[in-house]
Amino acid sequence: MAAKSNLTNMVLCLTAVCLVCSALLGGMYVLTAEPIAKANAEILKASIGAVLPEGGELSEAKPLEVGGQDSEYYVSTSGSEVQAYAIRSTTVGFGGPLTLMVGITPDGKVYNTSVLSHTETPGLGAKCTSDEHFYSQFKGFDPSQKILSVKKDGGDVDAITASTITSRAYSLAVKNAVEAFKTIKGE
Amino acid sequence: MSKRKLDIFTKGFFKENPTFVLLLGMCPTLATTTSAINGLSMGLATLFVLVLSNIVISAIAPVVPDKVHIPVYIVVIATFVTILQFAMQAYTPDMYKTLGLFIPLIVVNCIVLGRAEAFASKNGIVDSALDGLGIGFGFTMSLTVLGLVREILGSGSAFGWKFISGDGILVFVMAPGAFIALGYLMVLFNKIAKKN
Repeated sequence: MAAKSNLTNMVLCLTAVCLVCSALLGGMYVLTAEPIAKANAEILKASIGAVLPEGGELSEAKPLEVGGQDSEYYVSTSGSEVQAYAIRSTTVGFGGPLTLMVGITPDGKVYNTSVLSHTETPGLGAKCTSDEHFYSQFKGFDPSQKILSVKKDGGDVDAITASTITSRAYSLAVKNAVEAFKTIKGE
Repeated sequence: MSKRKLDIFTKGFFKENPTFVLLLGMCPTLATTTSAINGLSMGLATLFVLVLSNIVISAIAPVVPDKVHIPVYIVVIATFVTILQFAMQAYTPDMYKTLGLFIPLIVVNCIVLGRAEAFASKNGIVDSALDGLGIGFGFTMSLTVLGLVREILGSGSAFGWKFISGDGILVFVMAPGAFIALGYLMVLFNKIAKKN
């Protein structure tokens, strides 16, 4: 029933199948490239908007090293005055990379934080996106007054129950962003 | 629909249920069923790939030389998975955020290649499509049930609707709970299946 397995047949068959499949994928890529870029931009915009005061004009992404990794930050200005900075910060959580967007006002206080992506355990570490008591404690956090690490490590952050590793990663991400903010200010 | 065609469609639910009887595709089964919605979406994503790859493979099987049939099937399956991934990224970004990691893994889901090899390559297009639909819905059903059980026990909610405040039995949302829940469901399922 199947065609004979000689070299010509095999090469012809594989080439034809691969050609058709790559053509299909190419077409699909062209079709979806725009909606995907739009969806990603919207997610990014929503996360930046969530961590910055309203009404600012947002700059383009600028490169920045956060916690030893290449990252970027955005500046929000109203008029000529800098309103706040949004810094993308990635650390390693329990299940993999945990990426936050951290908004910092020029006086060095954390304005707000939001999770861009994570792979934490649902029902445990993933609560860092839904446990209001946890994420709201970073709102208005002043790193010059309080220590950005969980209480178990001698800091001032209440960890999520049974998710110390995630809470540590979250605090570290905010801390790295604060450190990176100092280098922006130092420039 | 003739009796034979109906049989091909319904065998995926009980007699050859991929999760509880054939024990295929355990990786996505255990990993994505942290909630009923996640299990349901993963099942539907697999269903989509399964039906399309079964149709295409049954159509091209007569001209594919034996020695290269596995690479050809894998290329076909991978193509559909990538198409699905693009579409989800573009039109359902929220769902892609939860399932994104597991979508590429559909390529190596043994159910898909297993059906291509065991059924689609030997049967006609209509039968293969029915087989894909049956097995796919069987898989979706199993994943939804497993997800629902784990969600009820682990988070105290069903399909995202919370009915107890606070936490459930946390172990059920983690990997060990997946094995425990799957084991007990398997016993239950086979007990019922044997009775009928």
